[in-house]
Amino acid sequence: MIVSVDPFSAPRAANGRAPDVFNRGGWVPMHQFGENDVVDFVVVGTGAGGGPLVARLAETGFSVIGFDAGPYFRPLEDFASDEREQEKLYWTDERIVDGANPITMGGKNSGKAVGGSTVHFAMVSLRFRPEWFKSRSALGYGADWPLDWKEMWQYYTKAEKALSIAGPVTYPWGPKRPRYPYRAHELNGAAELLARGAEAMGMKWTATPLATVSAPHGQSPPCVYRGFCRFGCSTNAKQSQLVTFIPRALQAGAEIRDLAMVGSIETGPDGRATGVHYHREGRWHFQKARNVVVAGYAVETPRLLLASANGRHPDGLANSSGLVGKNLMTQSNQAVFGTMASEVRWYKGPPSLAITEHWNYDDRKDFAGGYCWMAQGPLPVEWANIQTSSRGLWGQPLRDAMQSYNHQVGLKMVGEMLPNEANRVTLADEKDQYGLRIARVTYSWGENDKALIQHALGQMQTSLEAVGANDIFRQEDDTNHLAGTARMGDDPTRSVVNSDCRTWDIPNLWVCDGSVFPTTGGVNPSLTITSIALRTADRIRTLAARGEL
Amino acid sequence: MTDRYPGYDVLNKRWSESWNEPTREVIDRRLAVPRGPRFFTATEWVTLGAVCDRIMPQPKDRPPVPLAAYVDQKITDGSLDGYRYAQMPPQGEAWQRGLAALDQSVNEAHGCAFHELSSERQDALLHRMQQGDLVGEAWGGMPCKLFFNHRVIPDIVHAYYAHPTAWNELGFGGPASPRGYVRMGLDRSDPWEAVEAKPGEDIQRTKRRNDRVG
Repeated sequence: MIVSVDPFSAPRAANGRAPDVFNRGGWVPMHQFGENDVVDFVVVGTGAGGGPLVARLAETGFSVIGFDAGPYFRPLEDFASDEREQEKLYWTDERIVDGANPITMGGKNSGKAVGGSTVHFAMVSLRFRPEWFKSRSALGYGADWPLDWKEMWQYYTKAEKALSIAGPVTYPWGPKRPRYPYRAHELNGAAELLARGAEAMGMKWTATPLATVSAPHGQSPPCVYRGFCRFGCSTNAKQSQLVTFIPRALQAGAEIRDLAMVGSIETGPDGRATGVHYHREGRWHFQKARNVVVAGYAVETPRLLLASANGRHPDGLANSSGLVGKNLMTQSNQAVFGTMASEVRWYKGPPSLAITEHWNYDDRKDFAGGYCWMAQGPLPVEWANIQTSSRGLWGQPLRDAMQSYNHQVGLKMVGEMLPNEANRVTLADEKDQYGLRIARVTYSWGENDKALIQHALGQMQTSLEAVGANDIFRQEDDTNHLAGTARMGDDPTRSVVNSDCRTWDIPNLWVCDGSVFPTTGGVNPSLTITSIALRTADRIRTLAARGEL
Repeated sequence: MTDRYPGYDVLNKRWSESWNEPTREVIDRRLAVPRGPRFFTATEWVTLGAVCDRIMPQPKDRPPVPLAAYVDQKITDGSLDGYRYAQMPPQGEAWQRGLAALDQSVNEAHGCAFHELSSERQDALLHRMQQGDLVGEAWGGMPCKLFFNHRVIPDIVHAYYAHPTAWNELGFGGPASPRGYVRMGLDRSDPWEAVEAKPGEDIQRTKRRNDRVG
């Protein structure tokens, strides 16, 4: 077999070619730009936001380079079925966390790879509830988005088609949506127990819409239910950016620069962005560009904007509102676990095959926001981490508790946390391997966040009791996705970007990732990030046609 | 302790369709971890070994999973977690400071080192660390509770449950690429999954079935 060289040692996207992720040892041609070429767009980050944007801009005819700090993996050759080894997909560079509820960074909220965290995400692909785009005026909390849900509904449909989402024939909540492109996956034992519990409580449930194919698509074979989804898909069934929009981008003439860490954005005498300084192969380079799009997610995006401060922009770029880095949101990810007499063997299949969004659409509760819950399938290391962090177990009691692994069942929430300016990303004095100041991530839960979590824990516990689970315990302290550090809005004094993801301060500087979310909703954010990116690409084409770029 | 999956050995699947080449390489490297200290001093190594024995006690009838070696390897290789509590120093420094502080606490109270204590006393001390009750100059401002929860426990426990020996104990299917699984529902399992010993069933029969897993 062909053994690929270490993806961390040197860039793979070079010499006019990039890895063919579908064929062992294969390559696809890649256009390359010179540093003195002034490209139309530099996109910093190739995840759920950057990936589709690079592809769509290139398909529109723009010259585009997508930068990623991480390596260019070949899933068929580089991915082991192993929790620890696959930590190589995460952003594990040092970050300082503080606040009353410091956020655990790493696998659950970051990726450092071409394709970003979509390479290891759990593939849960959900639409926002329409009211969330106007949560301030429609529901009385958070902030309104400058986007219309009906327009977003169309982009969700495009994103679901592009990612070949496998989902149910009819989705039980919200306005009508088209059929999912691929049929829903079968349920595993853990999902079946979610369904039974929901039915006992009189709630609707459904097979979760997932970005892994249930039938062949292009060069992707159907999912084989390995259960290592969150550690990278070694068969390419998962529709990550790495196997969907990135290959499209290359085909359309975009360049991908892997192992390329952008350290700052340069601005010219007129205040406009002129390009990016990036570190690759041991030294710093400068790439000229007409437009710069930052798509590094809610920690790296504000970090880059803040680190790019200069005489003309002393508080960082695009920061006249003072909001860059502020309103960081994570999502509550608490869980309830129990033990069944049956063998559940939750390690099989995607971890979250069934979902109930009941409390996202039922407003009869005494707190703001919503949440869903999904079936769970933690592998041994993660399961041990839950036992130790939630129950304080170690020694023989831990060994004894772990013995029930194949009989465990669990429900885990994805809950909406409210924006708060005190929750934020700033720069610490400590520097990383590139000589760049590392991020400090400060987070504290508010009273509403705590009330929502307690409500969800009670509901999930009732569901587990209804299916006859024993030895029930709660995982009270866990969070996952991020959002909000460069929020979009209609008012330049109260937001960082407008509805087109264009910064108010610098017309050729854009942000396109979860950072732009004014609120975070009670579902996983990736499909919304991708849908916004597809919309942004269309808006850029329209603006360019009008001469307004 | 009782063996819930008698005779099950996930390594028997090494050449099956459940293991791809990258997985074989990764597990080979894991099983071949250098057994001596590379980061820790001899004194620290002894204390670390004693802590590992209490955090994850192991049966005497099989070779132990070399937990201290994995803690050392994580630091030597510079494998980071992706975050650090503001009150915590970098991982290597945290471990050195924590182990020295532990030995100092023992020395002040008992006039010996941690590894010389009875396991009951070692456990009592670790419980106090977990509760945040250990103080002293040697901690250098590092909260012992954070050290326990964010270094001691994850670095040792995660290493254990990343080892094939632990997967055998849990009846975990282990690596699963490219074969995956076919039988997904409750109380269903594929022929390449571990068979659980059920009360009243012939254990030899269970063993024979687990011998055939591959």
